[in-house]
Amino acid sequence: MKNKKMIFGISILALVGFFLVSADHIDAPAVQGGSSDITDFYAFQGENTNNMVFVANVQGLLSPSATATAMFDENVLIEFNIDNNGDNVEDLVIQAIPRDGKMYFFGPTAPTTTGLNSNIEVSTVPSSVDISAYGVAPTISTNAGMSFFAGPRDDPFFMDFAQYSAIIGGTATSFNNPGSDTFAGSNVMSVVVEVPKSMIGTSGTINTWVESKRKQ
Amino acid sequence: MKIYKRTLTINNSLMNNLKLIFSSLLITALIMSCSNDDDNGMQNTVDFSGTFAQQDQMGRPAVNTVFVSSSSKDMFNTTVPSQQSASFQTMFQTNLEALSPAYANPGDTNALGLDSATFTGLLATDVLNVSLDGTTTFYDGTNVLTGRALADDVITVELLLIFGGEDFSENPGLSNDNVDENDKPFLTSFPYLAAPW
Repeated sequence: MKNKKMIFGISILALVGFFLVSADHIDAPAVQGGSSDITDFYAFQGENTNNMVFVANVQGLLSPSATATAMFDENVLIEFNIDNNGDNVEDLVIQAIPRDGKMYFFGPTAPTTTGLNSNIEVSTVPSSVDISAYGVAPTISTNAGMSFFAGPRDDPFFMDFAQYSAIIGGTATSFNNPGSDTFAGSNVMSVVVEVPKSMIGTSGTINTWVESKRKQ
Repeated sequence: MKIYKRTLTINNSLMNNLKLIFSSLLITALIMSCSNDDDNGMQNTVDFSGTFAQQDQMGRPAVNTVFVSSSSKDMFNTTVPSQQSASFQTMFQTNLEALSPAYANPGDTNALGLDSATFTGLLATDVLNVSLDGTTTFYDGTNVLTGRALADDVITVELLLIFGGEDFSENPGLSNDNVDENDKPFLTSFPYLAAPW
C-alpha cells in the first residue's frame, strides 16, 4: 500500500512536471521549454490612455538563479500581429528581434507578406533598447511616441496549475481555497512595447496575437 | 549599386518567391554598402536577413492548452488565425463537452449566452479582441473581451465560462482556482510588469 501510494505520488509529480502548461507555457511539443516558447500575451490601454501596450513573454518558469543567464535567442523573431478590419489577417506587425545585447523593433508597419513566414521589415527604420540585465533597474527607450523594454521580469501569470492538473488527472474533484499560485517566484523574458493608438487604428476593436518565428 | 541590384532582381524575376528574394538582396546590398563604414552603427551593419518560420502563437490565454488535443498542439500553433476555426472548432467542441458535460445538453449555455458550438467557434479563432476606445480587460464584471490587462484573473474567468453554467453558480469547486492575483504588485508605469524574483 505504501509503495503503491509512493509510486502514485511520483507519477503525479511526473505528470505535473511534464504537463506544466498553463496560459501558454510549454503548450506544444515543438516549442516546450525552448527559446521560442511563448508563455503569455497581453494587450491593454497604457497609463497614457492614448496608448496601447503589448506584452509578449517567452521562456517561462525561470528560477531566480537561472534568470541572470537567461537570454533572448537571436534566431527567434517575436511578432505582434494586429488585424484592424476584422478578417483575422494581420494588417500591421510589430517585430522584435535581438542582436548583440539590444532588442530591435520594426513597426507598426504593414507586413510585406502575411502568414507563417516572415522577413524582417528592414525598409522601415527600427527602434532599439538595450536588453535589461537581471537585478538592475529596467532600461527603457523611447522613439516617435513609442516605449520599449526587453529583459527579465516576474511572470505576471497566476494560477493554481498543480490543482488543475490534479482535477484533470482525476486525483482531485475541486480546487482548494485558498489556492496556491504555481507560478509564484518564477520569472520570464519579457518584451513590452507601448505605441500611440493612432498608429494601429482609429476606433472600434482590433484582433491581435503574438507569434514566435525561428530563422530558417 | 542600384544597377547591380536591379540586374539581379530581373534575373530572378521568374522565380516564385520574388518578394523574399528581393528583400534578402536588399539586405545584402545594404550590408555590402556599409561594410567599409563600421562606425556608422545601427541597422545597416546589423544582419536582419533570412526568413523566419512560425513556431508558436497565442491570442487568448490557455486556449491551446485546454481545448486542443495533444497530437494537434503544434498544428494549432502553425495554423493562421483566419483558418483556425474551420480546422479546429469541432475538436474544441468535443473537448469542451468532455470537460464540462452539461454543454452537451440541448440549449445549455454559459453566462455569455453562448452554447457549445458558438462558444468554441469564438475560442477556436485564437486572437485577443482589444478595444481602442476605453477599458481593456478580459472580463471585469461589465466589459467582456476588450483586451487583457496584467491583473485580470483570466483563469477564473475561463473556468467560470467552462464550468459555471448560465449564471456562474454551477460547479463552484471547479469554477474558481482561488488564486486571484499575482505574487507581486504590478507597476502603474511602463514597463508595468514587476521586477524579477
